[in-house]
Amino acid sequence: MISCDKAATICNKTQYREATFSEVLKLRLHLFICKACSKASKKNKQLTSLCEKAKLYSLSDKEKLEMKEQFKGQA
Amino acid sequence: MTQHTLEPKLWVDNYADYLFNFAVSRVSDGEVAKDLVSETFLAGLKSAKNYKGDAAERTWLIAILKRKVIDHYRKTNSKKGKAEVRMNYSSASDAEGDWLEEQVADPFSMLENSAIENKELGLAIQDCISKLPKKQAQVFTMKTIQGVSTEDICNELDINPSNLWVMIHRARTGLMGCLNKNWF
Repeated sequence: MISCDKAATICNKTQYREATFSEVLKLRLHLFICKACSKASKKNKQLTSLCEKAKLYSLSDKEKLEMKEQFKGQA
Repeated sequence: MTQHTLEPKLWVDNYADYLFNFAVSRVSDGEVAKDLVSETFLAGLKSAKNYKGDAAERTWLIAILKRKVIDHYRKTNSKKGKAEVRMNYSSASDAEGDWLEEQVADPFSMLENSAIENKELGLAIQDCISKLPKKQAQVFTMKTIQGVSTEDICNELDINPSNLWVMIHRARTGLMGCLNKNWF
């Protein structure tokens, strides 16, 4: 049996598809018994799907650095 | 009303991603959006003395960015001579029958709405990310948005995986709370 803390970690890993098969099995079993965790897991999945839906973009550190350099030249 | 001050040194760190998302959703081209954002920062610096301190820094920068986006479209249109709108009734112009009915928008289509909603959602999420503690925001952005692998993040930031998962967990919890307040 795993603790709720452990379950939360595995749940986060599954959001990035990084949990191992045995971890997923443990998580499933835990979610089956633990109401609070299954609720939290649902919320977590929802957040992942929101992030995917929003098609977020971000600038890499390198691009930001370039921007800063450019900025310094002017300032 | 509180007085706001400008701190140009922190602009890139604090607002680059937010402005970039705003720009990308309007010009749908990463390179152009990047240029617009850096132009915005430069313009902001140049007219910093005109900043009255009524609006928050970010609002002020967004206002400049909006002008830059408009300028961008003006420029691309003038290159072609002038804005040209061409309409084809349908690609199969020789089709007979109910051609007018076919052009009517589908009242049950959710596509248009959800596109607009997704734009706003993107900005809402970005907003919430920027409210997180810096380290958490950084890890979350790298992991979720840039899709960097766990190993690479750990190497780059010099932390161990369990550290990373704890930070991800806190970031996700924080984000969820923030989105619950501002989005749902």
